[in-house]
Amino acid sequence: MSNTSSVLYDHPGPRAKVRNTILTVVFGVAILALLWWIYRKFDDAGQWAGDLWKPFLEANTWTGFILSGLRATLLAAATGMALSLAFGVIFAVGRLSDHWWIRVPCGAVVEFFRAVPLLLMIFFIFYAVPFLIQAPVSAFWAVVIGLTLYNGSVLAEAFRAGIRAVPLGQSEAAYALGMRKTLVMRHILVPQAARSMLPVIVSQLVVLLKDTALGYIVAYPELLQRGVNDLSANFGNVVAAAMVIAAIYIVINSLLTLLAGWLERRTRSRGGRTPKSADTPPPLPSGTTDQGAVVGA
Amino acid sequence: MDVFSDPRNIDATVSGFLWILKLTGASAVLALVLGVILAAMRVSPIPVLRLFGAAWVNIFRNTPLTLIIFFCYFGLYSTLGLSLSEDLNLNIYWLGVIGLSTYTAAFVCEAVRSGINTVPAGQAEAARAIGLTFAQTLRIIVLPQAGRAVVAPLGSILIALCKNSTIVGTIGLMESSSVMKDLINSYGNAGILIFAVFAGVFALLLIPTGYLFGWLANRLAVRR
Amino acid sequence: MRITRVAAMATAAALSLTVAACGGDDNAGSGSSASGIIGKAQSSKKLVIGVKSDQPGLGLQTGSTYEGFDIEIGKIIAKGLGVDESGIEWKTTVSANREPFIQQGTVDLVIATYTINDERKQKVSFAGPYFVAGQDLLVKADNTTITGPESLDGKTVCSVTGSTPAKRIQTDFPKAKLQQFDAYTKCLQPLLNGQVDAMTTDDIILAGYAAQEQYAGKLKVVGKPFSTEPYGIGLKKDDVEGCKKINEILTAAAADGSYKAAWDKTLGKSGTPAPTLDTSKLTHCPA
Repeated sequence: MSNTSSVLYDHPGPRAKVRNTILTVVFGVAILALLWWIYRKFDDAGQWAGDLWKPFLEANTWTGFILSGLRATLLAAATGMALSLAFGVIFAVGRLSDHWWIRVPCGAVVEFFRAVPLLLMIFFIFYAVPFLIQAPVSAFWAVVIGLTLYNGSVLAEAFRAGIRAVPLGQSEAAYALGMRKTLVMRHILVPQAARSMLPVIVSQLVVLLKDTALGYIVAYPELLQRGVNDLSANFGNVVAAAMVIAAIYIVINSLLTLLAGWLERRTRSRGGRTPKSADTPPPLPSGTTDQGAVVGA
Repeated sequence: MDVFSDPRNIDATVSGFLWILKLTGASAVLALVLGVILAAMRVSPIPVLRLFGAAWVNIFRNTPLTLIIFFCYFGLYSTLGLSLSEDLNLNIYWLGVIGLSTYTAAFVCEAVRSGINTVPAGQAEAARAIGLTFAQTLRIIVLPQAGRAVVAPLGSILIALCKNSTIVGTIGLMESSSVMKDLINSYGNAGILIFAVFAGVFALLLIPTGYLFGWLANRLAVRR
Repeated sequence: MRITRVAAMATAAALSLTVAACGGDDNAGSGSSASGIIGKAQSSKKLVIGVKSDQPGLGLQTGSTYEGFDIEIGKIIAKGLGVDESGIEWKTTVSANREPFIQQGTVDLVIATYTINDERKQKVSFAGPYFVAGQDLLVKADNTTITGPESLDGKTVCSVTGSTPAKRIQTDFPKAKLQQFDAYTKCLQPLLNGQVDAMTTDDIILAGYAAQEQYAGKLKVVGKPFSTEPYGIGLKKDDVEGCKKINEILTAAAADGSYKAAWDKTLGKSGTPAPTLDTSKLTHCPA
């Protein structure tokens, strides 16, 4: 982080200190009051009743529902991520090809899959593709392929921006050594781009992990399906279950976000060639990458 | 048997996409306002505001949207009793808008904050030197310049928002993904055609939007 | 370019799978003339059965196992086909993927509150019915205003998106307001809190929820079914032999008391006496 935020205001003097304290107290009290009100309302509705929360003290709830769901979520996310990376590299290179008949189709594929909602994709792969290929598609693969097509396309755009951000001298030097285009790509450009893109990749992993939750639409037994739908069918505690599951998602994704930040700092402190940009590219909601912020428009 | 020769199916498809557009429109405005406020909080001199902004971003950015939308119905409406309309569909619609804006605002906040970071420190220092307060510095000097830098990410966020609005279907709004699901269930053999139509409309809406924002970002970019 | 190659690979893989599957059938056929589900049960001693995971009393996934009436029926049929309980693999299905699962061979059988109707018979065949349910309403125990579907005007009814019960409400009782979720379990909290006035699906499913410990005394089934839902056991459309065999197994189960035992072990716990299985109605197998 640059220090722009701290140059935005003067060091507080006595009056500013008083004002800040008042604002702190007023805002703090308002937030606490709101939280208290929510707590009370939930209490009135009986959401804190012990019966709803007791299942979370039992081992079977965790092993049978939550952990099994978490495993399915992580498995889909890990497979999806590996495939997305491959898809991303291939299509990024494809879009940078000198041949229009490679460039154009690759571009069309990437643009298309970035524009179609994942929910539609997964549903389509699961219900309609089997008619096409005359073979069943399991819920797992429907989710993974959906995630791959979508996140792979997003990563393809990020990689493309990353490859173009590698200083021109690098490829010029490589060509001067007599390397062919494929070799330049493979040995010079992609490795450097991949390194500088690491934080973006990890941020995308957060998106991907969250998106596995859409697997409910094809009854893939992921965390949300097992932890909220199936668990509450047993114990009738749908809101309590959703709170626990949300907490699990938040913890895992926060850890990944921290990892992304750490990678970013490490890359930079080692003098790695990060693309010219003032700051960490902001992590984006599902479905986004932005050449603008990454490369510095 | 022909799916799109039945006027009822056409009506359902059109109304599905209208819901998507309405959800996107209202949520985009709300998320933008909320996101800028949150970004201002995150760079403000008051620690509790910074904490609030950071907490918002970390909580909502890391929760699947499906769960956030779920909490809008089961938390806000069912438990807290917040009813936004007498009409069943409109109520779900507004609950969906709240969920989408809450989620999207976290991303807008981060985009704006990194936009603020692209504004050279000299600008803010000069503003302070001529006696502008924090709010004035932000409003008159920093945000207008940051705004130009965040056009591209905001475009991506808008596109994501439009696609994400399909998730409101999980609390019962018959938006386009629910309509598509319904049609594929009834006309399994025409699944490819149905998907092509729905995906095609999304592509037609969103690919040009992406190029528009790319063009805008280039035009508005601050040359330094 | 890559797309075509991937597509070609997928097709090739699919073809090889089909070929492999055919080969398997031939081998099975060498022992006896049976193919289809009977052949599979004999040769591999394994069955994959699609069931519901979120319907208490019928098909409920509790941790690592499943329980309910549908599950017990599945065990009876597996036994009749010579497959041990340990040879059964239960697979969660949702309403919308039951036909695809059977057609694509993901599961061998579907026993998942699966109503027999003509539209579905074009895609799969049905053994049974092993139970006849009817669409009904679930309301709060103290509700006296909703006495049947005709009293739903202006009331909010909850069901699953795109399900048959939801569609019936839309077409036959358009004055009712319809709240749809992706799972029945999500209807229960709004029902208790008053955001929806009733929940609708088959009476037997509703009874399963009403009988759950946490809802005891809070919910009641109205008890005026307004449709007939004969539950069948779905299997591949061309497997006529298998279909007939399952009907024989059901007939035997009705006679030897194992059908009643299955009921008493699950849905019967709420005190409802076991229905009699009308074996004269087991006539849905394709000719």
